[in-house]
Amino acid sequence: MSETDNNPTNNRSLTLRLLVLTAAMFGFGFLLVPLYDVFCEITGFAGRTNTEAAQVTEAPDASRTVRVEFNTMVNEYAPWEFSADSNSMEVHPGQMYYATFTAKNLLDKTKVAQAVPSVAPIAAADHFKKIECFCFTSQEFAGHEERAMPLQFIVDPDLPEYVDTITLQYTFFDTLRVSAKD
Amino acid sequence: MTTAVADTHAAHDDHGPAKGIGRWLFTTNHKDIGTMYLIFSLTMFFIGGTMALIIRSELAQPGLQFVHPEFFNSMTTMHALIMVFGAVMPAFVGLANWMLPLQIGAPDMALPRMNNWSFWILPVAFGILLSTLLMPGGGPASGWTMYPPLVLQTGDAFPFLIFSVHLMGISSIMGAINIIVTIINMRTPDMSLIRMPMFVWTWLITAYLLLAVMPVLAGAVTMLLTDQFFGTSFFLAAGGGDPVMFQHIFWFFGHPEVYIMILPAFGVVSEILPTFSRKPLFGHDSMVYATASIAFLSFIVWAHHMFTVGMPLSGQMFFMFATMLIAVPTGVKVFNWVSTMWRGAMTFETPMLFALAFVFLFTIGGFSGLMLAIVPADVQYHDSYFVVAHFHYVLVPGSVFALMAAAYYWLPKWTGHMYNERAGKLHFWLSTIFVNLTFFPMHFLGLAGMPRRIPDYSTQFADFNLIASIGAIGFGMSQLVFLYVLLTCKKGAPATAEVWDNPKGLEWTVPSPAPYHTFDVPPPVDRTVAFPKDND
Repeated sequence: MSETDNNPTNNRSLTLRLLVLTAAMFGFGFLLVPLYDVFCEITGFAGRTNTEAAQVTEAPDASRTVRVEFNTMVNEYAPWEFSADSNSMEVHPGQMYYATFTAKNLLDKTKVAQAVPSVAPIAAADHFKKIECFCFTSQEFAGHEERAMPLQFIVDPDLPEYVDTITLQYTFFDTLRVSAKD
Repeated sequence: MTTAVADTHAAHDDHGPAKGIGRWLFTTNHKDIGTMYLIFSLTMFFIGGTMALIIRSELAQPGLQFVHPEFFNSMTTMHALIMVFGAVMPAFVGLANWMLPLQIGAPDMALPRMNNWSFWILPVAFGILLSTLLMPGGGPASGWTMYPPLVLQTGDAFPFLIFSVHLMGISSIMGAINIIVTIINMRTPDMSLIRMPMFVWTWLITAYLLLAVMPVLAGAVTMLLTDQFFGTSFFLAAGGGDPVMFQHIFWFFGHPEVYIMILPAFGVVSEILPTFSRKPLFGHDSMVYATASIAFLSFIVWAHHMFTVGMPLSGQMFFMFATMLIAVPTGVKVFNWVSTMWRGAMTFETPMLFALAFVFLFTIGGFSGLMLAIVPADVQYHDSYFVVAHFHYVLVPGSVFALMAAAYYWLPKWTGHMYNERAGKLHFWLSTIFVNLTFFPMHFLGLAGMPRRIPDYSTQFADFNLIASIGAIGFGMSQLVFLYVLLTCKKGAPATAEVWDNPKGLEWTVPSPAPYHTFDVPPPVDRTVAFPKDND
């Protein structure tokens, strides 16, 4: 480091090393994407909950009651009606429950929607297990079709003691923008 | 390459710059390129400043007066992009181009042709960015942070925004590589790394920060581009992506970015205070370690920009304490500056005045930053005018004042003439009064709950907004005095080689104006560089 000779090889090799660093950092930016996914799955960060069917066995804990609230939202004023059939329910951890949601396509043509779930508080995200959910796949609706969609879930008995209310939020997205991929 | 160049120049001793426009288009001379960077950034400073005045005119009264809200939003967005990437960053790169070779005794930058390229990319990048204002859908209006999904609603300007950010990034990366290679390979043999002047040190660290984060920004905006046009879903929830992830990636770039804009300012102030206190810089080595510590910490605090998007308590605690930790090395610097002045034979020429105001006013911005670091307080301050007050205090009387100080300090070396000291002092006092009039009331507005990035507001905020708007117009007009100083500089008395009273550093050993080619032979540094090591 201390020699200061100006020979071109030195400049070239240092420049090349710095260019490699630049390229590596460009790659690192993209590496953050899978890292973020892993991070969210481990911690439940961003309310991330399971997007594939969970394998669970029932072991009801009748001594404890938790309130589960359902919240629904349609993204970007898309032409849908979307709501939970009941706004909340009282559940015992370890017991299987069913809930239904109803959506309606307000347009004449066939549309495809994707519901994206999010659970609050974050500490509950990992303990809210969906066994069957309309959010696992995208949903196709014919023009003006209205239909009820099922959710089957179980709240893990390991849910931290201080959590007495879990909010499950579904946002209904029009998949127009991502349909190119499907 | 450089050895060969130096030899050629030794052979034709007084060969000067080429004639005509070709001199500027094809130059590889660090002084020419430095001058172009500085003039470019001053131009951008006035363009971005005009946008700020449009914003402040609209906000002078409640209600919608002059501009459409969408245009207002694109003004806040463009003002930030232009000031950050067009004014402050290129100005420091310009200073680096001019001063680094002179301070380390090198004949030129290590990669002169790349130097030319990295400058000439900038007018193209900002030409593209400014042209978006004329496009269908208007300029980008989602804030300079470009958060999706909002930014994806930008009109035709969207791809142009992304490409101009790419070009700015390429320019910064090439500039940073050039600076690192110059500092590592081209120092005069007597100058060890630790003996380098502080401006050189802060730029070396800044250049590494640039290399580490500009590519990450390039990646983030590329993801926005592919989300919009190529069917990816990095940030689209419907396709399994997450818009919050953009904020993480952006601020992984964004927080080091704010230090990229302030570390060279620390370097400038560390050059100026010793000269006008007639004492060596107090704690030169601790300044180096403090700068390096700030640079390291800047990588682990990004999420303090996003406390309110939701994160686990442990995450909030980590980012809060890591952020507060930055106050320690920053405090080391501030105390070192104060100790440098302590019992010094101080005089108050314009560069010293700007440097003094920097120390005082930057510290105010630092304190409001500490308040924002406190999670429960930040939940209230977030996206309020308090945040606007905070970052303008660290950027305007922080970075911009340091740039002004540097311009006055080295202007006689660049032009060979003393500037008009009375006009310089007038510029300083007007700037200092009006900058506080502009930004100090914003603290109160923010605490009272006024949100940022809005064209209209509730009437209870009217008085402070009017004061801020008067201050902004005053500050804008004061900068015309600076323009006057620059334009009349040629009429000033000839400057001596030393310019000031026995300043330290190799740049003062060459005549004023600095000849087109300097240090063809590496100079000795024994008499010129006075650091604590020499004085202990």
